[in-house]
Amino acid sequence: MYDVIIIGAGVVGSAIARELSRYQLKIGVLEKNLDVCNEGSGRNSAVIHGGFAYDPGSNKAKFCVEGCLGFKELAEELDIPFRQTGKVLVGNTEEDYQHLLKTIETGRVNGSIGLRMLDKEELANMLPSVIGEFAMYSPLSGIVDPFIYTIALAENATTNGVDYFFNQEVTSISRNSAHMHTIQTTKEVFETKWVINCAGLNCVAISEMLGIAGYEIGFTKGDYIVLDNKVGSLLPMPVYPVPSRTYMGIHVTPTIDGNVTVGPNANNVEDKSNYGVSKIHMDQLAEDAITLWPHIHKKDYIRNYAGIQPTWIDKEGLIKDYVIEVNDKYANVVNLIGIESPALTSAVPIARHVVGLISEKEDLKKNLEFNPSRKGIVKFSDQPDTVKASLIEKNPDYGEIVCRCEMVSKAEILEAIHNPLGVDTMLGIKYRTRAMMGRCQGGYCQMKIAAMIEEEKDKHVTELMHGRQNSNLFTGKVK
Amino acid sequence: MKTINKDVIIVGGGPAGLAAALELYKQGIKDILILERETELGGILKQCIHDGFGLTRFKESYTGPEYAEKFIEKVKLLKIPYRTGSMVLSVSDEREVKVASREGLVLYRAKTVIMAMGCREKTRGALAIPGERPAGIYTAGVAQAYINLHNKMIGKNVIVLGSGDIGLIMARRLTLEGANVVAVFEIQPYPSGLNRNIEQCLNDYNIPLYLSHTVTNIHGKSRLKGVTVSKVDNEFQPIKGTEKYYETDTLVLSVGLIPENELSLSASVKLDLRTNGALVDTYFQTSVEGIFSVGNALHVHDLVDFVSLEAEKAALSVKRYLEQGQLPECDIVIKTDENIIYTVPQRLNKHDAGDLSFRVRKPMKNALLKVVQSGRLIYEESFKTIVPAEMKKIKLPRNVLEISEAVEVSLEC
Repeated sequence: MYDVIIIGAGVVGSAIARELSRYQLKIGVLEKNLDVCNEGSGRNSAVIHGGFAYDPGSNKAKFCVEGCLGFKELAEELDIPFRQTGKVLVGNTEEDYQHLLKTIETGRVNGSIGLRMLDKEELANMLPSVIGEFAMYSPLSGIVDPFIYTIALAENATTNGVDYFFNQEVTSISRNSAHMHTIQTTKEVFETKWVINCAGLNCVAISEMLGIAGYEIGFTKGDYIVLDNKVGSLLPMPVYPVPSRTYMGIHVTPTIDGNVTVGPNANNVEDKSNYGVSKIHMDQLAEDAITLWPHIHKKDYIRNYAGIQPTWIDKEGLIKDYVIEVNDKYANVVNLIGIESPALTSAVPIARHVVGLISEKEDLKKNLEFNPSRKGIVKFSDQPDTVKASLIEKNPDYGEIVCRCEMVSKAEILEAIHNPLGVDTMLGIKYRTRAMMGRCQGGYCQMKIAAMIEEEKDKHVTELMHGRQNSNLFTGKVK
Repeated sequence: MKTINKDVIIVGGGPAGLAAALELYKQGIKDILILERETELGGILKQCIHDGFGLTRFKESYTGPEYAEKFIEKVKLLKIPYRTGSMVLSVSDEREVKVASREGLVLYRAKTVIMAMGCREKTRGALAIPGERPAGIYTAGVAQAYINLHNKMIGKNVIVLGSGDIGLIMARRLTLEGANVVAVFEIQPYPSGLNRNIEQCLNDYNIPLYLSHTVTNIHGKSRLKGVTVSKVDNEFQPIKGTEKYYETDTLVLSVGLIPENELSLSASVKLDLRTNGALVDTYFQTSVEGIFSVGNALHVHDLVDFVSLEAEKAALSVKRYLEQGQLPECDIVIKTDENIIYTVPQRLNKHDAGDLSFRVRKPMKNALLKVVQSGRLIYEESFKTIVPAEMKKIKLPRNVLEISEAVEVSLEC
């Protein structure tokens, strides 16, 4: 019997799990995938936003600014890679200029800090390789590793007593007269008092299972190209065009690990689970973004990916605000609808808000053992030589480099295989260590990592998974 | 950090590194160290269990491990120093080589460094093949390692994209392991692999090869379900209406190799954008003094025999450098016409031009290769047939170049 079941282990579900673990509650998180952060939370530009792009007074404006202002502290607490790089929106026309002035004003009202215009000379000094007449600069914006961020929230939640259940897709939910819920998944039945719907792209389906009808969402897909880290040094911060009211535009973004992403476009799609990227879209992305930043060359492509967001717009095509509802008609439910960008920035403030809503109905008692800090896997390659030497001395596994591109040691991979969430897919190890993420894309190390998972987790070769359910890597042993 | 001085550090214990080490030793250079990141010497040959290695060099056919063993045995017998499980983290332009192993971190200060890191495979991402990203997509070398070294079978219904040699070898290997290899698709209008592999790996097993075709979409959310294949036009663009869907659970990519030169870049070595290897001179010396480059790290070879021969030759230059403190100037630049993709070396010494390796852009028949300096023909050789899959070599006579002007290498039918 759970006090709270959260459906969905994306960044918002995991942030809520962690915030709730500050109280004496029995909490479970149900996730259909084999790991956290498999859908929208990891498939975006990985930017921590300044909060100037949202209507004053909206949930988005409030949570985004709060999230942005508190992110540095959060990143330290959770030991996650975050860099406050700043960000520019680059314009060329008088219309662009007026739009950016208005954006600065909106940002001021929202509480964003330090927004200002850069003239051509200032822009050229700050970003010599960017093409544009002027720009708006947001000093508090930054970049984060969205996987490690979500993993950190989830790991910290687990350490504080939350149970994570993977490979459990919710198939039905029923409620009895005492407002207690029974949740059926593809594997088990869960009894709980509260249900929190954090299902992201599946929020409407879960909402309907909870009896709350009337919501409708579509799906918008955005494609990205990932460039080799050779060009990373040419882009110190995210560079965006001047956005429209409905779409932020194709931008170039440095990643926390030194690569560059180019994207996204925005296309309405029916299939919310097809993350394939088409050639036409890749070509269009490059063609478009090269007008902002000229260093996009095919020889530097190392990967592409797509993300899908709920299309959460009104009849005029304007983006709607987050819905976070608690309703007496549907007691013991927190329903989150249309949670899209800037959810990465807003996750923790959203979580605090959800806890606040629950505390109006429940007498929450503090969990005195709650520990807010979490330690990540030490990255051997980032350490100065003296630290490298002492790491090897203490544990020789640090001296055994498994991934040659990202220089990831055996010690890090073993630590990732034995992660607190119990995830043992190849993608799980990749996101936790960066092994297989470099320019050879696992050509050198994936065999070794597969063998390590097989041995450490005592698995048969046919049980080794790439990432998703049934993504078996092997059909058996060689005869 | 421990610091050790060495005459020669060889980065990589594959065929190139091993051959260079043995030749140096033979020449009396004994303060050598081979650094190998794997637990065994031998490089990629360890997983190439098919035969056909050594025909040029030893006039006999060996398997990959047998070919490697011929060198490894001698290295062990002569007690040439080597360290396995040792990953080179960086090489500086002052020839400081930083190495991590289970024993700790060591800095070697070397008089010379031989870069012999080999090459890596092009991936799906580098080709930007569109579509979903399910499990079941492997580069040919990865598939080979899983099957031959790790005893893991990668699939049942296989499509191979690219007719590079490893892809052809894997088409046969997978067939022998009971998989159904549906077809091999090649985007070029001619095969990328050697003729003998087309015969022995495809034709002998009735595996069809479709030229001017490529994979234009990938389907499947968990494990691969199928691929869409299209015909391509002369500019390699898919032709609308030619799409065909193939059900398959495994896609093997054999779409090219890239010399691995991250360490060369860390040492500020200049690369040739055509080979992705270092720019070298007659003596295999790179743009950084005392740093040499050989084997597949320098340019991708189709036969290991030539890797060994090239490395042995480079070893002689390393010896000369160690003895004389420098090597003769190589100020003759090579220009190539549109039929030749590249030459190695890219700069020549006036008196000692020596071997010139090159690859052609497209298959040609009855082609005449000319080397011209300042309008003067200094060498010519005719080739009956010449294909991109095959690296060709010519030997320029000594003392034929009289001045330091550039030479032009051209090929015409």
